[in-house]
Amino acid sequence: MAPLWLRAYTASSCIGRGIAPTLESLEQHRSGLKPCDFETVDLNTYIGEVNGVDAQRLPPEFKDFDCRNNRLAELALRQDGFLEAAQSAVARWGRKRVGVFIGTSTAGILQTELAFRQRDPSSGALPDDFLYGPTHNTFSVADYVRRRFAVAGPAVVVSSACASSAKVFGSARRMIEAGLIDAALVGGTDSLCLTTLYGFHSLQLSSPLPCRPFDAARDGISIGEAGAFAWLERVPDSLDRDAILLRGVGESSDAYHMSAPHPEGLGARRAMQNALDAAGLASSDIDYINLHGTGTPSNDRSESQAITSLFGPTTPCSSTKGATGHTLGAAGALEAVISALAIIHGLMPGGVHTTKVDSTLTAHYIRENRRAAVATVLSNSFGFGGTNCSLIFGAAG
Amino acid sequence: MKLSAYVDGIGVLGPGLANWPECAQTLGGERSYATAPTVLAVPAMLPPAERRRTGRVVKLALAVALEATTAAAADLQKLASVFSSSSSDGHICHEICEALAQSSREVSPTRFSNSVHNASAGYWNIGTGSMTESNVLCAFDASFVAGLLESMTQAAVDETSVLLVAYDTEYPPPLHAKRPIPDAFGIALVFSPTQSTRSIAKLEVALTEQSADTLPDAGLEALRRAIPAARGLPLLRLLALGEPGNCVLDYLDVCRAAVGVEPCH
Repeated sequence: MAPLWLRAYTASSCIGRGIAPTLESLEQHRSGLKPCDFETVDLNTYIGEVNGVDAQRLPPEFKDFDCRNNRLAELALRQDGFLEAAQSAVARWGRKRVGVFIGTSTAGILQTELAFRQRDPSSGALPDDFLYGPTHNTFSVADYVRRRFAVAGPAVVVSSACASSAKVFGSARRMIEAGLIDAALVGGTDSLCLTTLYGFHSLQLSSPLPCRPFDAARDGISIGEAGAFAWLERVPDSLDRDAILLRGVGESSDAYHMSAPHPEGLGARRAMQNALDAAGLASSDIDYINLHGTGTPSNDRSESQAITSLFGPTTPCSSTKGATGHTLGAAGALEAVISALAIIHGLMPGGVHTTKVDSTLTAHYIRENRRAAVATVLSNSFGFGGTNCSLIFGAAG
Repeated sequence: MKLSAYVDGIGVLGPGLANWPECAQTLGGERSYATAPTVLAVPAMLPPAERRRTGRVVKLALAVALEATTAAAADLQKLASVFSSSSSDGHICHEICEALAQSSREVSPTRFSNSVHNASAGYWNIGTGSMTESNVLCAFDASFVAGLLESMTQAAVDETSVLLVAYDTEYPPPLHAKRPIPDAFGIALVFSPTQSTRSIAKLEVALTEQSADTLPDAGLEALRRAIPAARGLPLLRLLALGEPGNCVLDYLDVCRAAVGVEPCH
């Protein structure tokens, strides 16, 4: 594939609102996870909550879109000058030549969860002020973002569970390559809600402790929330050496089970191989792998097998979910930004909370931060339904 | 910039429309349209354990996907797929929200795994054993054209055959009052980047600011307006007529899709 340039990017998660605090947390090997105190949730688990989501307001003309998920999107868009960068890029390319591609799994479903507590006792009706389309509906976050920037080109939500905001890079890449648009605003936003907290608990997939990816005693995920965005364009004639490029996208399906990964990681391997092929790279060209690494026993085993079969046992890899939690449909975009930071700052972030790496997992998991030149990063995102996406990022120089 | 791809197979299922041949006769005016509740069958392509768990959304999506891919004699192991729907399973969503509104908050683990927007794609891959990629989209009322653009760009750019499944089902009350989709309706199209003996027509698509076409039959026009996936019906009408032509499909408030159809026979 022709590489694409990440002209601008930003990320907000429980480890920081925007790039600077995110980088500082990674450098200090810090986690943002805390015991779950979200809403009325009574579960013995940890969460990664973004500071100040409830206090965030949308511009008044977007009041119909008001819900936690769109507040988180707005909060994230306001960091790192991204709002201004995207606004000027829309003006430069023209609003019809720009597309919006956002990943989410649950969008603003929290709004409906709350509305179900306020049903009319006799008719069962939902409250009059509950608006389904701009809040609950899966498209609501892309609809909000396209209207926020007055984009007049294509707009879509990709909702492939926890691979959603990795796959947006693939959809945007195809549409730019087809010539339908010149630039794309891609990203992901997923916010805390009861459906995912109680749902993962019902599957016995959430840990009572902060998640410990690749640990011998790992016992599940910690759910987090995040908003992360990037602006994608074709690569111009000249770029700074440290400009970040999307070099490869690889996708696949497990064809195995709705909520369990393929035991040997065949789908994951195929996605990583497809990404390498798209980038025209060999496995030895990858300096660091940002794992999907959720911290469930089966996910990590499956991913480790896939990585070892393709990369061997020496390529350094880690999961940043011990720091950020699993931000579900926002994880792909959040970890794309972390991959960019790894390249720019020569930082392979060691996995937080993991104390004893599972010796039966053969991938080279790093627990401590490592400082080294990082030219090329592969980032994995896999999801329910057996959907897999691997992205490769590299420095322009 | 125009995108082009060849349609090799079509599947349809909805109120009063049991399959593509029946739908083609109706859209072509040979058969009058009478609405009737959509009949959804248990997907025989799934293993029995998985079959039991499927709700209306998955049944609908797999039925139209199977009709289109069978007609196209598509190689399922090489066929990428795009699943575009205005929501995930409304009945599961209702059950989860109802459970969460009670003090016990007992969410069924099976319902939670099936609540994801990409459940139909997951079951399609399990049923076919295909490890090719599935892209799963939502664009509210604009979901049909969102899926059309995604699948045609994939066919053209990645030079691969792609299955598009656009499908919607209803919410039960009380969400039904907020999102009044009346019944289940789905369209599936198999796209190829090159012409073959299977090709039905060549499609060309571009974005436009023209307003969307309506359908001459009042009943079908009501269907087009009521269910997002049915916004693809003007395209199916041209395919049913088998004559070259153009149509404009409803998409976002800021743009529509102009589609040119050139029959291959």
